[in-house]
Amino acid sequence: MGTFVKFYIDGKECIARHGTQLVKAACENNIYIPTLCNYPGIPPKGACRICAVIVNDKAVTACTTKVSESIVVHNNTPELEKFRKSVVEMLLSEGNHFCPSCEKSGTCELQALAYRYRVTVSGFPYMFPFREIEAWHPKLMKDHNRCIQCKRCIRGIKNDQRKSIFAFGKRGTHVEINIDHDASEGISDELAQRSMDICPVGAILRKRKGFDVPIGRRKYDNKPIGSDL
Amino acid sequence: MGRKITIEPVTRVEGHGKVTIHLDDNGEVAQSRLHIVEFRGFERFVQGRPYWEVPVLVQRLCGICPVSHHIAAAKALDVVVGAGTGDGLTPVAEKMRRLMHYGQIFQSHTLHFFYLASPDLLFGYDAAPEKRNVINIAEANKELAVQAIMMRKYGQEVILATAGKKIHGTGAIPGGVNKNLSIHERDALLHGEPQLSADKMVELSQSALEFFKDYYKKNKSFIDNFSRFDSNYLSLVRKDGALDLYHGVLRAVNSEGKKILNDVDYQDYLEYIREDVRSWTYMKFPYLTHLGKDQGWYRVGPLARLNTADFIPTALAQKEFEEYKKNTFGSPNNMCMHTHWARLIETLHAAEMIRDLLNDSDLQKENLVTTGTRQGRGVGVIEAPRGTLFHEYEVNNDDQITKCNLIVSTTNNNEPMNRGVNHVAKAFMSGKKEITESMMNAVEVVIRAYDPCLSCATHAYGEMPLEISLYDSKENVIEQKRK
Ligand code: SF4
Ligand code: FES
Repeated sequence: MGTFVKFYIDGKECIARHGTQLVKAACENNIYIPTLCNYPGIPPKGACRICAVIVNDKAVTACTTKVSESIVVHNNTPELEKFRKSVVEMLLSEGNHFCPSCEKSGTCELQALAYRYRVTVSGFPYMFPFREIEAWHPKLMKDHNRCIQCKRCIRGIKNDQRKSIFAFGKRGTHVEINIDHDASEGISDELAQRSMDICPVGAILRKRKGFDVPIGRRKYDNKPIGSDL
Repeated sequence: MGRKITIEPVTRVEGHGKVTIHLDDNGEVAQSRLHIVEFRGFERFVQGRPYWEVPVLVQRLCGICPVSHHIAAAKALDVVVGAGTGDGLTPVAEKMRRLMHYGQIFQSHTLHFFYLASPDLLFGYDAAPEKRNVINIAEANKELAVQAIMMRKYGQEVILATAGKKIHGTGAIPGGVNKNLSIHERDALLHGEPQLSADKMVELSQSALEFFKDYYKKNKSFIDNFSRFDSNYLSLVRKDGALDLYHGVLRAVNSEGKKILNDVDYQDYLEYIREDVRSWTYMKFPYLTHLGKDQGWYRVGPLARLNTADFIPTALAQKEFEEYKKNTFGSPNNMCMHTHWARLIETLHAAEMIRDLLNDSDLQKENLVTTGTRQGRGVGVIEAPRGTLFHEYEVNNDDQITKCNLIVSTTNNNEPMNRGVNHVAKAFMSGKKEITESMMNAVEVVIRAYDPCLSCATHAYGEMPLEISLYDSKENVIEQKRK
């Protein structure tokens, strides 16, 4: 058990155990730092940069930073909020995100962040990449159009042999996260559901289940992201 | 020298279209055409998508009646998930969908009659265009405008309670629905606000009919004769011949009332219906296969439905139906403007259906979804506000759509709309040297009697103002008018 340290976020005095992940420590002190590639319980990756904060005058990602005594954190500043908004816009431009027909709509973290930052249209040119759907798996579907390559699935979803059921395929700008044939064979319905749930967007879908939660009862229908600390 | 007139764009209808009128060397109308000049491609871009996404995706075809596409697609996919061809859903699932659909019929018919068509009736099609709109209706007849708004609002509230959103909801899923109706939602619709109760909607629908019938008494000749012509009629009917807008068998009758398609299963629609393609429009021309292109075209929508159905299974609408049928001594009604009358009888039927469904405790049951043996293909047909709507999908073993065919109501009415336009052009244009305002208006009136939804038909997007072009016999444009 670590010792408690005192630190500051936007001038507010906060307390957390030494070494706690900054995102989590902020949350414990009722402060929201937006995240996308971070997922509670799995090692952070620092991939998406939406959790960027200034710690002691240096820009860092809050998901990969640990709290220590007296650090001074800037979180809710106009510059950082602008930066975060552009991260969301970039992600929206880079893939094909058509919320009107996506079953993750209302539960999608990217969409929820877009609402938070009032993204009505991306400031970046839409790339409209041509991407396939991977549909061969009996329980899962992988829609590459929507994948933001956060790698939450790779890090968080393992089979009984502790092997990741998702893996990188292709390279460079064509990089894809695919379903691993061998590791994903015979997965349980529960693991299939967890795979869908861990994905912040609608890139991993559980087959034959879509739209079974009515509008009004979806995760962000009544509570905008960041409001439920 | 022969001439050709183009009317483009067409207003108070939804979608992009134009009308061309070709004159012969004597200045007489040789031929008129309604061109649909937009292309959307929904049938292509749903390919590859997971089948359960389709009912939500394809409803984006339309902002006025998305529920029709939503439910037609869900019905087709019921077949795919093994939930049967219309009889396999649980009672709560079928009744929730019916409630959603009748809510949609109610709001869409109200929109069509009051917002889109009534300015023509109230002010006359030769009134100035700036006068013939819903804003002036509100000024001229406030009570009527308030009635229109309340009725449409009520229909939208029914959709909200069943689909989760007033426009583009998600209630119907392959094999059933994703929610039932809570007691709270039921009570709000049954007797929530005094002006927004189920009984009040029945009453308002009756008063809308009285408004029309009163208008009819004073304008009988116009309503009876404007763009009147014989045709075949097609719709779904319940197995016992009753009007049923959600499910049934396909029936077609000719202008004398003889059955030319005898209550067949719509899963086999391709055996009975083909679509013809013409180079000058994106909209196809469906026809009954056994009668061929020239004889097999038909009309769909309220006029058609009240010609094919034997009776209406709700008391007040049935009474109105009987009175309406007296106009033609029980035979099919071939009078285009009677479509509005038929539409209002259906509006009353929808209000009665909504009221009766709300009183049915099946809507509070929990068993929402049925599944069975997966099939590779499914067809869903529904009577959308503007007529019979066909959705057909093929799905591969990986659950992706491989083929989609949509025949929307407007497409079914393509040939009749063209004939209607031709009819009006002949009556108004012959012998005249230029496009007159009242002629442009009359063309719109005829299109509007059928359908304000041209974009669904080519599966396109946007507004639709009217443009008419006049061509001579050498295909030179002599005049073009837009408004
Ligand atoms: S599939 Fe989902 S969880 Fe996996 S990398 Fe892509 S967006 Fe992240
Ligand atoms: S959440 Fe920290 S970098 Fe993605």
